[in-house]
Amino acid sequence: MTPDNHQDPSDEQESLIVVDGLTKAFNGITAVDRISFDVRQGELFGFLGPNGAGKTTTINMLTGLTRPDAGHIRIAGRDCSRSPKAAQDLIGIVPDESNLYPELTGFDNLCFCAALYGLRKQQRRDRAEELLEIFGLQDAARRKFGGYSKGMRRKLTIAAGIIHSPPLLFLDEPTTGIDVASARRIRQLIADLHRSGTTIFLTTHYIEEAERLCERIAFLVKGRIIEVDTVANLLQPVRTQHVLLLSIAMPAPELPRKLAAAFSHLTFSACSEEQIRVEAQGPINIAPLVRFCEEHGIEVIEARRGQPSLEEVFVRITGIEPDSMQNGKRGGK
Amino acid sequence: MRQIIALWNIMLKDLRAYYLKPPNISWGLLFPVAWTGMFFIKSGSGMDSISTLLPGVVAISILFGATSMLAVTVTFEKKNRSFERLLLAPIPLEMLMLAKTGGAILFGMVNALIPIFLASFLTDLSQVAWTAVFPAIVLIAVASTFLGLFIAVSVSEIFEAQTFSNFFRFPMIFLCGLFFPIDSLPTLLRPLAYVLPLTYGADILHGAMHGGNMMPLALNFFILTIFCALLFFISIRNIHRKWIT
Repeated sequence: MTPDNHQDPSDEQESLIVVDGLTKAFNGITAVDRISFDVRQGELFGFLGPNGAGKTTTINMLTGLTRPDAGHIRIAGRDCSRSPKAAQDLIGIVPDESNLYPELTGFDNLCFCAALYGLRKQQRRDRAEELLEIFGLQDAARRKFGGYSKGMRRKLTIAAGIIHSPPLLFLDEPTTGIDVASARRIRQLIADLHRSGTTIFLTTHYIEEAERLCERIAFLVKGRIIEVDTVANLLQPVRTQHVLLLSIAMPAPELPRKLAAAFSHLTFSACSEEQIRVEAQGPINIAPLVRFCEEHGIEVIEARRGQPSLEEVFVRITGIEPDSMQNGKRGGK
Repeated sequence: MRQIIALWNIMLKDLRAYYLKPPNISWGLLFPVAWTGMFFIKSGSGMDSISTLLPGVVAISILFGATSMLAVTVTFEKKNRSFERLLLAPIPLEMLMLAKTGGAILFGMVNALIPIFLASFLTDLSQVAWTAVFPAIVLIAVASTFLGLFIAVSVSEIFEAQTFSNFFRFPMIFLCGLFFPIDSLPTLLRPLAYVLPLTYGADILHGAMHGGNMMPLALNFFILTIFCALLFFISIRNIHRKWIT
């Protein structure tokens, strides 16, 4: 589906979220620009884009925290553009920042969040205990949320998002700013939730995370959807591509240009000052490249064959380097 | 039923997390006692002055307790984004804000009972028209809390909430006829008294406690109710405009 495509009525039947022409501007600056997409029942849908692309604004519009300037939102057939609270009983939200109550314990936070969705006392307690166990937080259950580590906060925030077992879950950058082990555990939990039938709308600026978890992905850049497709379809154009990463001992800004002149059948680009990316449609012979570098006084310290990944696709389509995706936010890759 | 569970728990959470904390309880006890003592000493007319001072002390205890607590707690939750959880819950905004203000209203009412309890040991309160006092306490607590809500929606920082609260509260002490009759105010300031909700609440209390009211009680109740409704709906409109952008 391309951004300007209209929804096919047959798709809409199985779609839990249908968004059409959604637009939002803040102080004259367009944050989200006429985006259209759908999320199907039971799907894990990824919203991938750099910081400031409009991911959180989109989630806020979908969940009723921000009013769209134009466009339509339907969740489970309910018109949420006119009535933002129409589908709030169906959705769970994990915001980009852990926003539980610092003065309450982990257990009390979960019970309180469950109460917001009308769960009765015993149901709240049982569900809170269950989730604390699933997320490995039993030992911290009676400690105040304010004293939790970042990873623990993130886990409890996700637990709070699913406390009422919502059929649709919004996850806004769930692994940003946490350690590697916690990020891995959270990804496992997301995959488990997906397997259990929850429809998940995931925003992330980690390409690898989106590739690993999502079934379909939308690339969002400067408020516009550049591409929406399944991961398999997105990878199709680069499937036959061969990639080689050359790590060199010292910065050589002119090297890619010199290499391109000498090896015209290959494509060269600088990933960083000390890493060059080589692409070709056929197998790449490493030895001539290493020899060429050494003849120019540059030592190659590593030559690694890369797998074509979503990163290539993203760079090719958006022109944005993966490194620039994480500016301002750091965390558990 | 689901909404009732949600609303009850929002109020309960606020009471536990904010209002029943030892500093607030001690402040709630200390503040009315300090005001009573101050005006008691200032009046110089001994125990006789208690019944005339009591309405002012009761009103001011409610005002200071309810306004600042709500303004600060809502601003705090807005700042750390936990308020978003409430906005995302499947509860109508009006109901949500009623639950959110419920704790502060109760806190204000309890604050009002402290000076009354203390006064009962010092003077004869048998002539007090309690049927007017209790509804007045409720309405003053509601008006003060909704004033706090109005302040919370107008500011973004906790210190702004406190400053803005004082901007309203301190002039009210002198302009609303709590301790000085409105007739004794300079002519230019007198109209101001009539645009402040506490004027009508204090007048009910004066009338019910020692018969010194300026306006009919029914009119006071009516105007105070209008103030409550107005403050609430302006706040709700501002939340829609400012928080759900």
